[in-house]
Amino acid sequence: MKNITTPAKKMSLLGILIWIGIAILGASAVGAIALHRGESINSVWFIVAAVCVYAIGYRFYSAFIAAKVLMLDASRATPAERLNDGRDFVPTNKWVVFGHHFAAIAGPGPLIGPTLAAQFGYLPGTLWILIGAVLGGCVQDFVTLFFSTRRNGRSLGQMARDELGPIGGVAALVGVMMIMIILIAVLGLVVVNAMKHSPWATSTVAATIPIAVLIGLYMRNIRPGRVLEGTLIGVALLLLAVAGGGWLDQQPELRQWFDYDGPTLALMIIAYGFAAAVVPVWLLLAPRDYLSTFMKIGTMLLLAIAIIILRPDVKMPAFTQFIDGTGPIFGGALFPFVFITIACGAISGFHSLISSGTTPKLLANEADARFIGYGAMMVESFVAIMAMVAATVLDPGVYFAINSPAGIVGKEAADAVATINSWGFPVTVAQMQQLATEMGETTLFARTGGAPSFAVGMASIFSDAFGRGMLSMWYHFAIMFEALFILTTLDAGTRVGRFMLQDLLGNIYKPLGRTSWYPSVFLTSGIVVSAWGYFLYMGTLDPLGGINSLWPLFGIANQMLAAIALCVATTIIIKSGKLRYAWVTAVPLTWLIIITSTAAWEKLFSPELRIGFLSHAQDLAAKLAAGTLPPDKAATAPQLIFNDYIAATLTAFFLVTTWILVLDTLRVAYRIITGKPHLPLSEAPHEPSRAVENWVRD
Amino acid sequence: MIALKKIACHSWQLLRTISGDDAYERYLEHWHTHHANAGDQPLERKAFFKAEQNRKWNGVRRCC
Repeated sequence: MKNITTPAKKMSLLGILIWIGIAILGASAVGAIALHRGESINSVWFIVAAVCVYAIGYRFYSAFIAAKVLMLDASRATPAERLNDGRDFVPTNKWVVFGHHFAAIAGPGPLIGPTLAAQFGYLPGTLWILIGAVLGGCVQDFVTLFFSTRRNGRSLGQMARDELGPIGGVAALVGVMMIMIILIAVLGLVVVNAMKHSPWATSTVAATIPIAVLIGLYMRNIRPGRVLEGTLIGVALLLLAVAGGGWLDQQPELRQWFDYDGPTLALMIIAYGFAAAVVPVWLLLAPRDYLSTFMKIGTMLLLAIAIIILRPDVKMPAFTQFIDGTGPIFGGALFPFVFITIACGAISGFHSLISSGTTPKLLANEADARFIGYGAMMVESFVAIMAMVAATVLDPGVYFAINSPAGIVGKEAADAVATINSWGFPVTVAQMQQLATEMGETTLFARTGGAPSFAVGMASIFSDAFGRGMLSMWYHFAIMFEALFILTTLDAGTRVGRFMLQDLLGNIYKPLGRTSWYPSVFLTSGIVVSAWGYFLYMGTLDPLGGINSLWPLFGIANQMLAAIALCVATTIIIKSGKLRYAWVTAVPLTWLIIITSTAAWEKLFSPELRIGFLSHAQDLAAKLAAGTLPPDKAATAPQLIFNDYIAATLTAFFLVTTWILVLDTLRVAYRIITGKPHLPLSEAPHEPSRAVENWVRD
Repeated sequence: MIALKKIACHSWQLLRTISGDDAYERYLEHWHTHHANAGDQPLERKAFFKAEQNRKWNGVRRCC
């Protein structure tokens, strides 16, 4: 069996020199950002460091995995070729698959995580994004894509069942459901915080709904299937909606129609989520997805260009004092919480669902798995680096003023500024007021969730690069752009949750499994929406901002799913007789187990009130019993206590599931190594690719 | 000039394929090579588009 991916000849001298050059440049850039301790550092170092690290990782590490560990075989027919049905299985051009795969994996996660993690300073997050992606996330996506391709495009859950046994399968299924619920709740909270008391943002985000419906009707009835045409019209309308929101904000009569507080907006999002889950896909979800994908890729390209043109200075220090765990945005020390906070962008378990979903059914050639699996994750990681730049070009004082919840720094602007100044980050009330006016907002204090601060960062980069004076437009463009694809994830996630639940309930009572039977559709959508709606609504009541408790929970859940994917991959590598290369997935797996276990343990049992769910609940209960709480806080306290116990239960569940799975993997690995009976490798038999044969014959 | 035109054509085609704009044309091509002898007609543009959207959204499609 000839291995096509191994380069036939040795690298030329010129090639060696070029790669040595890239290595030196990359090492200097990483060294510069790691060792710099001055006032500010130019963001161009971040870009250079990232590009060099990715280039080396792709050229050497992914080539090593492709040739030695997985042994990609370009002469082997892929499922797309063997099972070609013109629908699900279609051999597709690798650039097209790359586009689809990237659009599917890149969501709001890599924009939010780095923004929050910037409270530790720019360095910990940046290093984790680079190292985590090259050695962890890219590897996970790549190997999962490859193993699924070798198994006729099976899903992660099926592979877990086939290779590990029923425990792995159930863990994967339940894990996916849980992540979906937490993810949607936290993303909903991000949108709510961005729209809170902002008629401009609220009206613009609201306008995206009729625009999507209009485009849906257009692409279905007026010009069926003209996707590009419909999308371009939709994008034009969205830009118009941003400008229209600005006009509306000036009308005292109209603006009060769009001025709401957090809990009210949460209820609206919940109602919207339910409606979106039960209406047909063509009406809302599909056109919204076209628009958000187009916006996402366009805006990311624009941001990359703007950062390269402008080369703004990063003003955040490399480390802040908050690495000790006292940070205002979320509680918890650098280890393990930076690794939990930045999930997407470094390693994201959710990707393994995409890598074992539609993508393996489209691969025309097995050798493309490297470019698509490893490559697309590198691009996502680069998006995370840009988010880190956008967060850290802000004055640290401004960054903390926007992102710190009122429960930490105080409700009044003067209190908040005093607290932030006491940390050593200068900022004034006047400065914040001027910034808010420039951005077309009434206030920017305590706008937690990451979206507003990312939007301020992006708006200042864009307006500096492409002409000043448009700050408020850029700001609301950025908010609209984030809300657009957050709501797409919310719609799509609710629908997936509904399908999975229907699948499950169909085993109990058959008609419930029918995806077109309306009583079942309403029931299951209702269950899924109330599950995430509960966390979302509680998040808006939480004086600490909700993000503080929900985001780590999401990170833990997402990393747990990554651990499941890596458990499956490690088992398969050992089964194929490559024990000596098992470290490729076992090392990131071990790291994930360490960080998720530590983080889950701390979230459960830490005596620190802002970290431990249980200690927070007990403290609140004690205060409530003693009657020391002010009346408004006493009213919400029982709900918050209950919420803490729910969050604690979930955390314990994640912790226990992860460990059951790890022990199960160890059991299977032990049986394989000692030659005891175990489940066989479930790989589809080798069939030569006709495409390659023809090519060879010509 | 000709080379430039070729590149532009190629990129346009790639954009159409990535976005799914030419899905119906590709479907017709596939239908004529694989199912044409079955005796029935290929789906209309509108019916095809509807069926595709329902099929595509039947699973995990988008990520965080």
